[in-house]
Amino acid sequence: MNIALNITTTITEFLSGFMSEGVANIGAMVVIALIYLAIFAVAGLYLVLLERKVAAWFQLRLGPNRVGPWGLLQTMADALKLVSKELTGTVKADKFLYNLAPYFVIVSSLMALAVFPFTKDFQAFDINIGIFFLIAISSIGVIGILLGGWASNNKFALIGAMRSGVQTISYELSVGLSLITMILLTGTLQLSEIIEVQKNGWLIVQGHIPAIIAFMIYMIAGTAETNRAPFDMVEAESELGAGFHTEYSGMKFAYFFLAEFINMFIIAATATTIFFGGWLSPFGITESIPWLGVFWFIGKTFILVFLMMWFRWTFPRLRVDQLLTLEWKYLLPLNLLNIVLMALIVWLGLTIQF
Amino acid sequence: MGLMKDYKTEVMTNEALQNLINSWTAELEFTEEGSEFLTISVKPEHFHQLMLQLKSNNETNFDYLFCLTGMDWGKELGIIYHLESTTHRHCIVVKVQTEDRENPTIDSVCDIWKTANFHEREIFDFFGIKFNNHPNLKRLFLTDEWEGFPLRKDYVDEINMVIK
Amino acid sequence: MDTTIKNSNLKSEEYFINMGPQHPATHGVLRLLLTIDGEIIKKVEPDLGYIHRSIEKMCERDSYQQIVHLTDRMDYLSSHINNEAVCLTVEKALQLEIPERVKVIRTIIDELTRIASHCLWWGVMGMDVGALTTYFYGFRDREMINDIFEETCGARLTMNYNIPGGLMFDIHPNFVKRTKEFIAHFKTKLPEYDTLLTGNVIFQKRMKGVGVLTKEDAISFGASGPVGRGSGYSCDVRKYHTYSAYDKVTFNESLKTEGDSFARYQVRIQEMWESMSIIEQLIDNIPEGDVQVATNAVIKLPKGEFYQKVETARGELGVYINSTGTKNPYRVKFRSPGFSNLSLLNHIAVGGKIGDLVASMATLDLVIPDIDR
Repeated sequence: MNIALNITTTITEFLSGFMSEGVANIGAMVVIALIYLAIFAVAGLYLVLLERKVAAWFQLRLGPNRVGPWGLLQTMADALKLVSKELTGTVKADKFLYNLAPYFVIVSSLMALAVFPFTKDFQAFDINIGIFFLIAISSIGVIGILLGGWASNNKFALIGAMRSGVQTISYELSVGLSLITMILLTGTLQLSEIIEVQKNGWLIVQGHIPAIIAFMIYMIAGTAETNRAPFDMVEAESELGAGFHTEYSGMKFAYFFLAEFINMFIIAATATTIFFGGWLSPFGITESIPWLGVFWFIGKTFILVFLMMWFRWTFPRLRVDQLLTLEWKYLLPLNLLNIVLMALIVWLGLTIQF
Repeated sequence: MGLMKDYKTEVMTNEALQNLINSWTAELEFTEEGSEFLTISVKPEHFHQLMLQLKSNNETNFDYLFCLTGMDWGKELGIIYHLESTTHRHCIVVKVQTEDRENPTIDSVCDIWKTANFHEREIFDFFGIKFNNHPNLKRLFLTDEWEGFPLRKDYVDEINMVIK
Repeated sequence: MDTTIKNSNLKSEEYFINMGPQHPATHGVLRLLLTIDGEIIKKVEPDLGYIHRSIEKMCERDSYQQIVHLTDRMDYLSSHINNEAVCLTVEKALQLEIPERVKVIRTIIDELTRIASHCLWWGVMGMDVGALTTYFYGFRDREMINDIFEETCGARLTMNYNIPGGLMFDIHPNFVKRTKEFIAHFKTKLPEYDTLLTGNVIFQKRMKGVGVLTKEDAISFGASGPVGRGSGYSCDVRKYHTYSAYDKVTFNESLKTEGDSFARYQVRIQEMWESMSIIEQLIDNIPEGDVQVATNAVIKLPKGEFYQKVETARGELGVYINSTGTKNPYRVKFRSPGFSNLSLLNHIAVGGKIGDLVASMATLDLVIPDIDR
């Protein structure tokens, strides 16, 4: 491949051929943003199809298989349908907030995608506070949910939004703390550096016991962050209709829906980067071919996404007070102890290095 | 029938029941014809007292009210109660009726058996019999604005009823 | 469950929520008016009548053979048992001597119906609590039973195989073989389901201690069937007021004493095992003989009152027929198990949370057409 993988510099150089330097920079950012938007909008759609197929296989039936070979064009058809739907709204809803809410959710999801390293140098935005940026941006999504529930002027939506807000805020703590446990091993917040450190062995192997505990806590808390089962009290269809997005239809509903799947991808991608070596191949087998890193990254991420889907179709859901008890009484103290344990292991040099 | 023996204790025969209950109040009519159970007909004035005694007396101990049926006998309106005892496993039937078709009223037994709550609402809905001391006497199945009492024999509805 | 904060200036107001007639968790058209304070339920008021079809009034103008067809639309999941209830009442009134073959076949199909109803209940129970996959597993097994019924009785849901006097026609030659295959298949599946749902920690925490019903309350509210047995109230009609071939088989009554939702759940799972044991005892020894006793074309019951109780999958169904000697009954009353079971919903749900209400309602196993008649 003669196109260098450092896309930011490539595009900037290309554009500065016929624009001034400053404009070329901005132009490059716009182009990359558009490319990412296009790819991940489509990827979000295919994640929905994957979920439907996985659900079907668990439930002993075939998934969508009529529209396109193996149902591959199913979500395209669904997207077209959603775009052409009438945008309903309630009369007493607060118009401005009602329309604004979906944008918070989708924008925060797409922003977080910018920092992931898909392979060596293939990263849109390599900021030195990578992990911190990720966690901060994903916290903004809560605002969208709360606004959506409130502005709908609907009791069910409000209950759903309040539950979701409480749940997301609680579990963000666990997500952040379990990631910090791993930062103790890497010593840096920058995502590309974290992967460099993992050339000596994936962090989950380097950190052995506390890393495995941190991974399990991270997966539980990550599933709760995205409001997926078994933590989907928010949109518990058996109880409250559809929760906070009851009053949304058409494109705005599509934003909420898509954002949930992209969030799932982000959680899985973060776990891949921090725990499982990102784009590195196991034991460095394909290290000489850097562009294969993309496939390793996507493959590992999809295994974790499949794990999250598996949870959804197997377990019953937790009641909302049980959910909060789990976080505040069990996961948080466990997390704090784990950090101390990891700190001890790093200080005593007991990590496993290859 | 070997299984049945383990499950029945001290079942009283209809005759024994009749003798016992007759000793409490007079003015009761007992009959066994046309039914497999002993049937007691009681007047509305003594009705609640009798029911209370049927439940609380240790030898009868009728604590399970398993069927509450409203009846329209043509002239009188009334209710039929099927009672069973969970300890002694004997059953009995109590009938009470009133001739007042404009404003029939009977004492409620909600305080004795909690299941009577919904059953009495159903009877009020379909027959119009009012119950004294019922906590929440409203129509149950039909809408609140419905006029008339459908299960009475003189109920006429040209649109909805199909008569053969 | 008192979760108010003591000595607190925080006051919250109660508000109404409608779990309306169209709702995924109420199995049928039931409207519940909930008065809620935060997440705690203060009052539950059911609003019935959305599927009231005045079956009792219709019975007053229909003949006795026609009444049977109305009963299986009441509790459509135990339709065969409902039909049998009316047929037994009429046969008791006419004092007919039913052949042994009829009794045994009726019992076998009864128990298959019970298993089918509990399979559906299990699937929907999981779905209500959030485990969406159990729905498909429950229905898959129910399909096997429906296929057996379709071959023998001609219909999958509303069977109408019973008539006053016996059965409409003889069983299909494949019936015995297919039933045995089903039993063998289901015996391997039921432990799997136990592991999937019963042993799951999340499920247990949702169900244990939720919706507790004491034995005295169960009797006072008229609870019967698995709802009563989960609270320790021994009420199996098949034991106390035996009918059909139940006196020929030995089976245990599943009783639990805790009275919470998990106890009711376990009672039903245990009932499925007992049903399979009953079928196994009978399936190889179906006696030969007629399947019908001749009755008049126009059946007239003698003057009097007749009552018959049966044990449906939901509880005790009672049929009361008051006849004046004509060809139509004077009054028919169906004592439906769901009606009494629903009346205790307010009692067990108050003080719990909305999630608890859904779990308790799922264990009460309500079928709304049975309540509304």
